[in-house]
Amino acid sequence: MQQTRSVEIGTGLFVLLGMSALFFLTTQTTGGGNFSAAETYEVEARFGNVGSLKSRAPVAMSGVTIGRVTSVVFDPDTLEAKVVFVIDSQYDRIPDDSDASILTSGLLGSQYIGLQAGGSDIYLEDGSEILFTQSAIILENLIGKFLVNSGSSNID
Amino acid sequence: MRALVREIYISIFEFVRTFGAFQLFFLRLLMHSPTLIVRRPGLVIKQIYNTGALSLVIIMVCGFFVGGVLGLQAYANLAKFNAEDSTGTVVALALIKELGPVITALLFAGRAGTALSSEIGLMKATDQLSAMEMMAINPVRRVLVPRFLGGVIAMPMLVAIFSCVGLFGAHVVVVELLDVDVGAFWQQMRYSIELIDIYEGIYKSIAFGIVISLLAVWEGYNAIPTAEGVGRATTRTVVISAIAVLILDFMITAVML
Repeated sequence: MQQTRSVEIGTGLFVLLGMSALFFLTTQTTGGGNFSAAETYEVEARFGNVGSLKSRAPVAMSGVTIGRVTSVVFDPDTLEAKVVFVIDSQYDRIPDDSDASILTSGLLGSQYIGLQAGGSDIYLEDGSEILFTQSAIILENLIGKFLVNSGSSNID
Repeated sequence: MRALVREIYISIFEFVRTFGAFQLFFLRLLMHSPTLIVRRPGLVIKQIYNTGALSLVIIMVCGFFVGGVLGLQAYANLAKFNAEDSTGTVVALALIKELGPVITALLFAGRAGTALSSEIGLMKATDQLSAMEMMAINPVRRVLVPRFLGGVIAMPMLVAIFSCVGLFGAHVVVVELLDVDVGAFWQQMRYSIELIDIYEGIYKSIAFGIVISLLAVWEGYNAIPTAEGVGRATTRTVVISAIAVLILDFMITAVML
């Protein structure tokens, strides 16, 4: 009987330890970059080129993450990329003439959407669209331009 | 020539037969599992203790040093690019997605898998299984199913513990000894690890747990009932488990990517 008890206690401790390890992994090693809010509203924006922006990418304002991209699709009517993202409802006073640009965190980091506040009195709300957008900077295009420019300056 | 063709034919036939018997054996274990876990939970708890709780020491010690060496290697190479701050990310990704499940599985096969197959093999060699059948007790249900379930339940816990202790080991080496900023270490890790990475580790650990426990129980049950046969079954358990785990790891990674 005594032996059964110690086995049961050992097993209980082991399972508890396993569960807490799993809990630690899921809560403590993830989530810093993720955005989670109970209430959000949806905003869309159109870009000429989204670069390598993916869904779940952060949406930041002044460097603080306030939302997350939910979908990136190509719109066959306007021939542009349509990006839909959600913003935490607590930030409900973002002017509707704010501009959205696709930025890169660090030199080789992942891409995110940066919002720059505008001056309008009308705020973004569920379903509104950001009209002022700036496409992602594609490194290859930049290098291409640079090469073309330096070539022509040599000829002069 | 005809003898050779016949030999090849027989060996292919034998292989297919064994493979089929293996699948049926798996089904038999699965069929008995739900009722056993409800009616005789004590048997399963005993086996979780044997395979899981008693493997804790080896898992934790190995986890600590695997995490530590990962931290050292990652730091040494990232420092060349002034990217020491990403050490945490590298270590955590490697541990959670790959090394945690795989190394735990290999250790588990060596520590618990061999114990299972030699125990069952010896029971068979000493006619304990036949004696049970005489008493109208189904040895598959009474002996094999609890051991199988114990391994399947213990394995994900062991992997989670291994990964956690590994992260702690990396913390000790990288933050305490190499003086990387503690905030950068954990914050960069959090920023780049997502829940799906952890799920990948969990899926892998469940798959490995099933495969190793199944192989160990199967090898023990089908061991030739002699001292040599039991020894051979134990060896085969480790060898086949290791191969199966590494192949399965590749396949799961390819699917999850």
